[in-house]
Amino acid sequence: MQPSVQIKGIRDGLLIILGEGAWEEIREALFGQLDQQADFLRGARLALDVGNRILKAADLGQLRDQLSDRGLSLWAVMSNSPVTEQTAQTLGLATRISKPVPDRVAPPANTTISGGEGAVLVRRTLRSGYSLKHSGNVIVIGDVNPGAEIVASGNVIVWGHLRGMVHAGAEGDENAVVCALDLAPTQLRIAGLIAITPKRRGKPQPEMVMVSNGQVVAELWNPKGK
Amino acid sequence: MAGKVITVTSGKGGVGKTTATANLGAALAVSGERVVCVDADIGLRNLDVVLGLENRIVYDLVDVVEGRCRLRQALIRDKRLPDLYLIPAAQTRDKSAVTPSDMVRLCNELREEHDWILIDSPAGIERGFRNAVAPADTVLVVTNPEVSAVRDADRIIGLVEAEEKGPARLLINRIRPNMVRRGDMLSAEDVLELLAIELIGMVPEDENIVTSTNRGAPIVLDGKSRAGQAFRNIARRLRGEDVPFMNMEEESFFGRLTRFIRSGG
Repeated sequence: MQPSVQIKGIRDGLLIILGEGAWEEIREALFGQLDQQADFLRGARLALDVGNRILKAADLGQLRDQLSDRGLSLWAVMSNSPVTEQTAQTLGLATRISKPVPDRVAPPANTTISGGEGAVLVRRTLRSGYSLKHSGNVIVIGDVNPGAEIVASGNVIVWGHLRGMVHAGAEGDENAVVCALDLAPTQLRIAGLIAITPKRRGKPQPEMVMVSNGQVVAELWNPKGK
Repeated sequence: MAGKVITVTSGKGGVGKTTATANLGAALAVSGERVVCVDADIGLRNLDVVLGLENRIVYDLVDVVEGRCRLRQALIRDKRLPDLYLIPAAQTRDKSAVTPSDMVRLCNELREEHDWILIDSPAGIERGFRNAVAPADTVLVVTNPEVSAVRDADRIIGLVEAEEKGPARLLINRIRPNMVRRGDMLSAEDVLELLAIELIGMVPEDENIVTSTNRGAPIVLDGKSRAGQAFRNIARRLRGEDVPFMNMEEESFFGRLTRFIRSGG
């Protein structure tokens, strides 16, 4: 009966792996082991791997309370069963421990799309801290706020205010262009060239930026002109 | 009815999160709502000072989470408002003493007996921020009309969106109408244009805030203060009332004089 419960130290506290067997027996075995080392374990954070077991909210909730009575806090329950995962999530518990916790802040804000010369269309506002990298063209319908960045190997078109950092032709393509309805980036790069937008006078107007004779130049977009 | 959890956050420090939490809490409690303010700034607690309850602390948030006391024991009742409670932060620990799931559990328990749970978030985007945002139904982002504060607010709004907490609401604090008029300060329109989220209120700069904070008496309890009025309006908007935005311009001496003469004559 003993080996059905394994306790391991992990970076984020303790990982407990529960083996096969009836839930009541396993639970007894678990508490048996925990109580033996009660003083040593007090205050520890536990992650629980329950395998394929399907647990009801009542079971998990009761377990969590019993653990907290012993001064242990349960923060994650991992399971191969989607039902158990769901239950754990409703109780506000994590269901994955692989990722270090602080990293959770960043991932949703970064998108790297690789392969192909195709364009990616982003239909939202890119806020500070957001980074979009794409080998190909990038089209944004929305604003690019200061602190956000777009790096594309192709062209970048922003249907909105462009106030963040944009790098077009990031793999060295000097033919890449950047277009925006309101062009006021903190910094703009095309291939190996870097430009800073001068202070704007007057109303924002659609502009296109390109490299001409080794210089970054911005041109007003004028539909009647050409 | 289950209570609503509102998290007050900002990214940048010093923009008025704690002041906003204390005043919104007091304003809601004045109108008869049962309110609990939770200080999530573990290690740098302030909310207890602003509410003037520092000397009543026995148990704190970390004691509740770690099971050293029952939730009820950590609830401090305000000395003026019987419907206002505070759960103070621990001063001797740090943010890692609490996890986001601890906060979710705590707030679920608080929802049963309170109408509003206001969480005062620490500055930053790390663990403390995630602790504060995890249980939120609505996130209130506080900013000042300054480029750096707006930039941080933008980042926070992005993170709140990523957490799928629904659209955040914006509170612009410390507006100085005369500086805005001279073009020396960002106007509310400038801030809104960049952040593009729904505004819940604007609060003018008010020197009385400093005294009220030092005395530990929320400014909403002062009927004359304009900042207090602004916070009372925001509290009413939180409750679902439709309150028009207050005119930021302070009435000039002549304006008051004319009104006085008119009402007199």
